[in-house]
Amino acid sequence: MSTNMNRRDFIKVAGMGAGSLAFATPLFDFSKGEILAPDTVPGMYAKRTPTYCEICFWKCAGWVHTNDEGKIWKVTGHEDDPHSNGRLCPRGTGGVGMYNDEDRLKTPLIRTEVGGIQTFREASWDEAFTYIADGLKKIAKEHGPECTALFSHGSGGKYFGDLLKAYGSSNIAAPSYAQCRGPREVGFIATYGEGVESPERVDIRDTRCLVLIGSHFGENMHNGPVQEIAQATSKGASIITVDPRFSTVASKSKFWLPIKPATDMALLLAWMHVIINENLYDKEYIEKYAYGFEDLKAHVAQMTPEWAYGITTIKPETIRETAREMANASPRVIVHPGRHVTWYGDDTQRLRAVAMLNALLGSWGRRGGYYYPEKVNFKKYPHPAFPKPARTWKDAYPGKFKLAGLALASGICDATVPTTERDCSFKGWIVNGTNLIHTLPDQANTLKAIQALDLLVVIDTMPMEITGYADVILPECTYLERYDNIRVSKHREPTIALRMPAAPPKYNTKPAWWMAKGLANKMGLGHFFPWENIEEKLDWELKQVGTSLEEMQRIGVKKYKREYDDLYPMQDLEDFEFNTNTGKIELYSTAMQDEGYDPLPKYKAHEEPPEGYYRLIYGRAPMHTFSRTANNPNLTDLMDENSVWVNPKIAKEWDLKNDQYLWLENQDGVVSKTPIKVRVTERIRFDSVYMVHGFGHTNKKLTRAYGRGASDADLITRVHIDPVMGGTGMRGNFVTFRFEAGKEVSS
Amino acid sequence: MRYAMAVDTLKCVGCSDCVVACQTENDVPIGHCRDWIVEKTTGTYPELQLEIRSERCNHCANAPCVRTCPTEASHYAEGGIVLVEESECIGCKACITSCPYDARFIHPEGYVDKCTFCIHRVEKGQNPACVSVCPTHAMIFGDLDDLNSDISRAMATRKWKSLIPEAGTDPKVFYLI
Amino acid sequence: MIEEIITSGRMNPEIDPVLHVWGWEIPFYLFLGGISAGILIFSAYFTLRNRQDELPVAVKWMPLAVPFLIGIGLIALLMDLSHVLYFWQLFTNIRWESPMSWGAWTLGIIMPLSIAWIATWVEDIFPKWDWKFDEVKTVINWLKNYRRYMAQILILLSVILGMYTGILLSAFNARPFWNTSILGPLFLTSGLSASAALISFFSKSEVEKRLFTRIDIILIGIELFMIIHLFMGHLAGTQVHIQAAQMFLGGAFTVPFWVFVVGLGLLLPVVLEILELKHKFIPAIVPVVLIVAGNLMLRFIVVNAGQASRWLY
Repeated sequence: MSTNMNRRDFIKVAGMGAGSLAFATPLFDFSKGEILAPDTVPGMYAKRTPTYCEICFWKCAGWVHTNDEGKIWKVTGHEDDPHSNGRLCPRGTGGVGMYNDEDRLKTPLIRTEVGGIQTFREASWDEAFTYIADGLKKIAKEHGPECTALFSHGSGGKYFGDLLKAYGSSNIAAPSYAQCRGPREVGFIATYGEGVESPERVDIRDTRCLVLIGSHFGENMHNGPVQEIAQATSKGASIITVDPRFSTVASKSKFWLPIKPATDMALLLAWMHVIINENLYDKEYIEKYAYGFEDLKAHVAQMTPEWAYGITTIKPETIRETAREMANASPRVIVHPGRHVTWYGDDTQRLRAVAMLNALLGSWGRRGGYYYPEKVNFKKYPHPAFPKPARTWKDAYPGKFKLAGLALASGICDATVPTTERDCSFKGWIVNGTNLIHTLPDQANTLKAIQALDLLVVIDTMPMEITGYADVILPECTYLERYDNIRVSKHREPTIALRMPAAPPKYNTKPAWWMAKGLANKMGLGHFFPWENIEEKLDWELKQVGTSLEEMQRIGVKKYKREYDDLYPMQDLEDFEFNTNTGKIELYSTAMQDEGYDPLPKYKAHEEPPEGYYRLIYGRAPMHTFSRTANNPNLTDLMDENSVWVNPKIAKEWDLKNDQYLWLENQDGVVSKTPIKVRVTERIRFDSVYMVHGFGHTNKKLTRAYGRGASDADLITRVHIDPVMGGTGMRGNFVTFRFEAGKEVSS
Repeated sequence: MRYAMAVDTLKCVGCSDCVVACQTENDVPIGHCRDWIVEKTTGTYPELQLEIRSERCNHCANAPCVRTCPTEASHYAEGGIVLVEESECIGCKACITSCPYDARFIHPEGYVDKCTFCIHRVEKGQNPACVSVCPTHAMIFGDLDDLNSDISRAMATRKWKSLIPEAGTDPKVFYLI
Repeated sequence: MIEEIITSGRMNPEIDPVLHVWGWEIPFYLFLGGISAGILIFSAYFTLRNRQDELPVAVKWMPLAVPFLIGIGLIALLMDLSHVLYFWQLFTNIRWESPMSWGAWTLGIIMPLSIAWIATWVEDIFPKWDWKFDEVKTVINWLKNYRRYMAQILILLSVILGMYTGILLSAFNARPFWNTSILGPLFLTSGLSASAALISFFSKSEVEKRLFTRIDIILIGIELFMIIHLFMGHLAGTQVHIQAAQMFLGGAFTVPFWVFVVGLGLLLPVVLEILELKHKFIPAIVPVVLIVAGNLMLRFIVVNAGQASRWLY
């Protein structure tokens, strides 16, 4: 990594040459009291190119700085981007590690058998495309194109999605729906007619009270909320955190409610009871906009704080105090919906309760509460109409998950396992940018599904576990080496951002658009990708919105004015027609009732851990994005393994010492494949253990991640399916400690 | 001119952005770091407090590392920033053993390395990389001799502490508590 | 419960989890330097007292080893430097506040001075040696005139050589175990004791043997006294000093220190030497080996224990 001149000398030399440039003077913003010069100084870098980050789903826009030799130096945030406000999170800052990682996939690979042992052989792109095209054609002929599905969680997936639709299937699933935020979208759509969206439409920077239920911002490093929480608390906002664990944000909260796990619904209902019965709710707002208030009032009449105390172990006076704190701040209060909310199977109902509570506080559609985002009306490059598929994934689940708005990744997986109850199953999977082995719960089921496939194509940058099962592996270049679709983000102000390559792709890797176009040509679907190259496509699209590729390459991010001045449509109680059956905010949900689900959320007791077992709670660390960064050299430098948090009382019972290694065994007898380090800490409740998700890798090719820490995904075998939209509740698993490895698992 | 840094422990979430930003900005070799995060938890569940600090070389005004260096490789530069001149460092490691904060380390190329307050950026009117990247704006850098600077105002209006003041090194990194 | 941990994965090589930047090179050099200092002090002192013919081994023979001992010590020091190609920078600066600098300059002067010192005695030791060049004889004769001055300077420089390593360690206030002014005198005394034992062993004269055995017994007594005060001082100090002392009073260093350094390296030899003086038969090699080995172990333990002691977390 070192050149002959050390870094500082190089900078000095370059800086001196450009020192005559008068605009080395920083711009001073008096209102912020901060030096606002671009993050690096003119002359200190050879060039910078715009990009948006691909490490997590926040997609912060940034600048990639490269030196004279074309070597990538660092990535910094884009000052004009509302996602990052000029500052990237640690994962984005460590993005250079993704580019430098020598363990990257380097060339297309095809499964073959050598001497009776299955292995991969290197192949040319043409060979790989032929293999895939033949496989897809076969499936289309024997079963129909609808039996192929795409799992996507990367920006490149857009192009494979177009390819799949051109081929005749619309079964495109992102695990972020049924494995993550699906219930909150459905819960909020049922209440307000609109979902929470991503980025979440919460006006944190102007709020006066933020209520977090299981949300662990600070460890969850989504750039926007973390920055805005810091801004809000500087202005005196208070935080109420409900979490069985003393998380980072809990330590900065005015109130931390150390709730018994799986009882949040009772707390929410009790809060509603207090707010209604003490007349703390926003009467005018409810009168103007809400439907079903009297039903709700009757429904929570008996759900007193005393009742909730018995269930949640939160004292009644605390429940009242926090309810009053929220109401005091109204309408500038946010009961945050969280993001990963697939917990116990009744999650849509719990998020309904969250939505309803916000309505009672009058925060939806108002400053300091929830705003109405807008995005640029972005037209895609024209292409022929896609064929209409005869079936979709939903046909595999007649009468179930009626309110699911997007495809369920787990649903498609389940519908791949052949069963007598169904006349066909999925036969082909294309997987882009998601490590399904660690993402989907019930690994045994996922593996069963994979074994039943005719074709598994994996497109990834790293040799993640899912690649080990593939028939064909296509190596994608990292986001620093490619173009992708324009980022059209829905936010307070509409913005667009460009991603362009800062350096040419390393090894024999290619961008997704090139792969999709090549595959389309192979399959006779080239006319669905009528542009010559990606620059032509992007330039055409950008010209439709008053800019061009050349301008975006220079500026990176472009802001537009809102077409409608309705950032806070409910601020002054203006008329508004909600996109619900009644046209109002449905406290009593007619949509849920119509489909046979409870129109008002009920408390349901969930299973508790048996004797000697502890509830498995998992979460994030701020320096990682689960599997995606587990091998990144800059980020493994910060954290290269996870640990299991154990309360000191429990550690004493089991005679556990800090930093000792052990295995975790769950209620179904499944043992973690790798051992995990113990962290004895007061910060976790005595009936639970906590670990960070994304470790415990078993693919040897991930040299920095292999064998480090343990995978919670191994232990999530009991799944509670949400009947409303099919979300996979994963927090109903309990673990105990073992001091020797489990039996060898044969796959 | 006296440069100093203040870290607001109430805002710091321990995300380690400062560590990675320093690493990429200053080409710190993988496996080494010039700054780090410390989390201190006190109390018993559920009565708990958590203090999070981003630590680095404190650029002490009475630096034992400068005092014990036999070749003047460790020296005071502009504004009291403590620097190591690579071509004068012999690698005797006296400075490493004399630092009570364990802030220094041996660079793979043989000389002793540590935080430099990004003097190459400060000279051009910029903040150090860690201060510039912090997503929660928990870090302030500036001139203590300028009573109107952000850091002087923060030190005048907030409670603060420094680390091991009893070691007598007069550190210039402060923690707002 | 107080839990204070680094959560950003810091693991700087040789710094974490426990400081270990100085390996065997430094204790080994300290050992050689201490013995060299002791040899030179005795040689110079007894020259000034005009007892050179009575104590030939002490005054004339032992200093022959010094340039070799210091030379090997210097090589060990160079091996310790991680940026060794720049070692010459040591001699382009004098830093009065840095004991490292004193050491570099002291060594730099003692080396040639000890060679000159040997040169003045070389004719007594090797009377039949034929110097091929007449210039050499001239120089040696010229040097003999300055013998008394050389002796005085040698005593001063050797005391510095013997003590400065201890002062150097105690100047690192970041390592509580070294934070005691006893370390300098302790190293000097220990160096004198080892060289006294060696002189006694190599001597052929009864008078010399008995004299240096007596000197050694007194020196070991002073050493034991200092060690006790070292720990008393730490135990009466702050929390970090008490923790540093506890490494030796129940911690990892307890057995190596009290059994090997104090027991076998000091107490047993002093008993044997007392018995020797009382004309009991003791194989002469035994106390010498024990003392010298104990000397080396003392320095190894002090250097490692110091690095393990710390102010933080």
